[in-house]
Amino acid sequence: MKQRLARILLYVLLIGAAVFYLTPIYVLLVTGFKSFQEVNLATMWALPSGVYLDNFAAAFVKLAPNLSNSLSLTVAATIISAFLGSLNGYVLSKWKFRGADALFTAVLFGMFIPYQSILIPLVRFMQMIGLYGRLWGLVLVHVIYGIPITTLIFRNYYATVVPNEMVEAAHIDGADLLGIYRYVMLPLAIPGFVVVMIWQFTSIWNEFLFAVTLTSPRYWPVTVALQNLAGSQIVEWNVQMAGAFLAALPTLLVYIFLSRFFLRGLMAGALKG
Amino acid sequence: MSRKLYPVVALLIVAAMLLAACKPTPVPTEAPVVAPTQAPAAAPGGDLEVFSWWTAGGEAEGLAAMLKVFQAQYPDVNVINATVAGGAGVDARAVLATRMQGGDPPGSFQVHAGHELIDTYVVAGQMEPLTFLYEEEGWLDVMPEDLIKILSSEGEIWSVPVNIHRANVLWYNKSVFEAQGLEPPATWEEFFTVAETLKGAGIIPLSLGEAWTEVHLFETVLLGTLGPEAYAGLWTGETAWNTPEVTKALNNFDRVLDYVNEDYAALSWDQATQLVIDGTAAMNIMGDWAEGYFKAQEWTPGVEFGWAPAPGSGGSFDALSDSFGLPANAPNRDAVIAWLKVCGSKEGQDAFNPIKGSIPARTDGERSLYDEYLQSAMDDFSRDAIVPSLMHGAAAAPSWQQDVIDAVGLFIGNRDVAAFQEALTAACTSAGACQ
Amino acid sequence: MRIRKDRLLAVVLISPSVLAIAIFVYVFIAWTARASVSAWKGLLPDYTFVGLTNFVTLFRNPRFQIDMRNTGIFTVLFLAACLAIGLLLAVLLDQRPKGEAVFRNVYLFPMAISFIVTGVVWRWLLNPATSVERLSGLNLLFHQAGLDFLISQWYTHSRLGIAAIVIPATWQMSGFTMALYLAGLRSVPDELREAARVDGASEWQIYRYIILPMLKTVTLSAIIILGHTSLKIFDLVMAITQEGGKGFSADVPAMNMWYTAFRALRFGQGAAIAIIILVTVAVLIVPYLVYTFRTEVEQ
Repeated sequence: MKQRLARILLYVLLIGAAVFYLTPIYVLLVTGFKSFQEVNLATMWALPSGVYLDNFAAAFVKLAPNLSNSLSLTVAATIISAFLGSLNGYVLSKWKFRGADALFTAVLFGMFIPYQSILIPLVRFMQMIGLYGRLWGLVLVHVIYGIPITTLIFRNYYATVVPNEMVEAAHIDGADLLGIYRYVMLPLAIPGFVVVMIWQFTSIWNEFLFAVTLTSPRYWPVTVALQNLAGSQIVEWNVQMAGAFLAALPTLLVYIFLSRFFLRGLMAGALKG
Repeated sequence: MSRKLYPVVALLIVAAMLLAACKPTPVPTEAPVVAPTQAPAAAPGGDLEVFSWWTAGGEAEGLAAMLKVFQAQYPDVNVINATVAGGAGVDARAVLATRMQGGDPPGSFQVHAGHELIDTYVVAGQMEPLTFLYEEEGWLDVMPEDLIKILSSEGEIWSVPVNIHRANVLWYNKSVFEAQGLEPPATWEEFFTVAETLKGAGIIPLSLGEAWTEVHLFETVLLGTLGPEAYAGLWTGETAWNTPEVTKALNNFDRVLDYVNEDYAALSWDQATQLVIDGTAAMNIMGDWAEGYFKAQEWTPGVEFGWAPAPGSGGSFDALSDSFGLPANAPNRDAVIAWLKVCGSKEGQDAFNPIKGSIPARTDGERSLYDEYLQSAMDDFSRDAIVPSLMHGAAAAPSWQQDVIDAVGLFIGNRDVAAFQEALTAACTSAGACQ
Repeated sequence: MRIRKDRLLAVVLISPSVLAIAIFVYVFIAWTARASVSAWKGLLPDYTFVGLTNFVTLFRNPRFQIDMRNTGIFTVLFLAACLAIGLLLAVLLDQRPKGEAVFRNVYLFPMAISFIVTGVVWRWLLNPATSVERLSGLNLLFHQAGLDFLISQWYTHSRLGIAAIVIPATWQMSGFTMALYLAGLRSVPDELREAARVDGASEWQIYRYIILPMLKTVTLSAIIILGHTSLKIFDLVMAITQEGGKGFSADVPAMNMWYTAFRALRFGQGAAIAIIILVTVAVLIVPYLVYTFRTEVEQ
């Protein structure tokens, strides 16, 4: 009996929590399907009178180039920073030279800094090297500021999953540093890659501060374009919400399909300590 | 396993790099040496980047109409319509400031006429004076003197105003007023009487929105209490801030806050105007872009909604203007000057303004193109005393404006009039206008 | 011989990253610090040294004082809420209910969405109108459910406005905390739990005495990640309040910096705010980094 009650309580809590997490999405979708006249603060909870797919079509037309920008930016930066991290993590976990740990700590600090503290010099630097306003510039920025977290994840991951004996054995068999990377580390690194790529994909896709400061309108990622959809005068909230949903779709899909691997990677030691 | 993986991986990296690099790059235009002022010999061609925050609705359409006029006159120019949005242009200004700092100006950019332009780009030496253009095109004869004053600094004129908006307008719901037997108040004393009646009837007297709309309301209270000369003097140092007259204005503002909707800190300006349409509120003090909103909700000027100058400001025109300027190292200077000519022309302004919902900066606009409200605004513009708006960039430098915004924000939190007045006085001093 | 060549190669391989971080983090921070002690106002750089004037002005500024208070309140509440909810959800999911994967995804997905997307929705949900005719958002929901006592002014409340911002922030990050805890819970070997059960311990006791103590490391990681996020929070507050709520009830330093630098063009002062945020974060992070560094060296 007590078991049963406990079980019921469990589901009540779980479902209640789920409602909390889903509420904003409900409002988002419901507004996205309404016509302009229907959108009103007083009736925000009401279901739409019909299904106005026009909003999504209109939002897609406006956001398509930016979605494409975001895709190029995020895929490029994610892949590059993942490989950089995997290489760095490997070196720092299996090839510790003198001062490697101190160096790593210094690099790790970069993960925590508030971006406001480097924003202005960053802008001037990008202007100096001619990458200001270009998408490639934003890719570079994300790759560099992604170094600490990707290195951390891989370093911990390798330390947990690849025993030193394995590395030594390969060494004895005649493999050098790069060979070990290629034949020993990479094959085992898949879960690490999954965690890093999911993390980076989400962070970079959703990032706003660098995006709004460093790109010109032609290269705007979708986060900036979404703010822009709000216009400077009258806002069409229904189109805005539809657009917001479209902008959130890629990362949502990544999570829906890959969260299992994300958790698996976490458990395999990617984020210990 | 890893053998096969390697080339795939290498391919992925290369593909990733190609993806990012393969976006079409805009032709980076070199900054030319500043050409001497001369009439362009041949029809201008090349690219022209026009930078604004007119991204949606009537504004975007109005801009498109004006660009069409331009394109018809100068078909060889390739116009790049670059826009950045974000409430009254704050994001746009951030982007623009960064570009100007980096020596990468657009061809021409939208900027609020007055101190927003002067104290940002002119003092940094990044703009070319346009007095020559005004003389060439005869604009000094068709634009009011007060307006030219707002556009000038150090004896030169710095931008070409395309439109004029009025900030000190009181909009009201006609049926609510009729039902209560009220007339739009002409002074602040009358306002409070009207407000009491409305409050008693369970109607919110004045609807208000967040942040900048509060400062907008504040400046109309200042104007309505002090009168146009004293108000304009606040921004030049002629009127001191720590005087009893200013205290009176601040007290009026304090009182007004008792008659607004309680959730104003969460409403955007249009949501506040919506309250008047819903009949929940009776009045709304907002610039005349609100008319565009009323019309979008299918209300007709003079039928469902009426207007009057904000209390106490009859005879004063609190002006703001969107204008375009000439950056000192603008790419394709000839095209920019051509664009500016269209901006200041009757044809250009009459193409833009009826759609945008504002009035031309020229006094010779074609009246028949404008609706009832705009016609009355045009009349007022040609005879009222024109004063610069603070919230919309005409009256003061951005840093001073920010100080006032902060002071208003704090006052709304603590309602301490004395501290408010002190903060405003200090703001004037730190801006260098007062002693 | 080969080892030495490999060691050298290791250093070479890692150099570009180290160099990049050296410039993009440390050099830039130094630059900002230099700007923070300068008189720079307006578009033209002005490096006139003014000592700590900018900082003094800031600490005397009423708006900035409110900001600092808000940061303190926000951080404490946000950490407490995320840890508590994250742990609770992880424990619940650890019971292996039916549809565990679905629940897990629901709790985790907010992390995938940016605040630029949900900001407007939260703004509507947290609408501060309290009079019956004007109710909207959560207040309306509470009223319709008969829970009038829950109606609040949310982020426009003069003292506790910032606490309202904790709600969307927790909504987004508690799933991540849950994932961390779940991973931690799952890594406790079943045999350990079985052994305890055989010895007669109840589920509750197993949690209390065996499992929770093992979660200390996870909690520390979570505090570090959540903590530094909350100290520099910007997107969320910007999306919901635009200008910091009523009387700056929900204003935060990062937003103050944005307006100071990019609207008022006071770059010197903006840099000073940035340095203050950085120092606040460093106070939290540096001890942690030193601690992990020391424990690594011991190994």
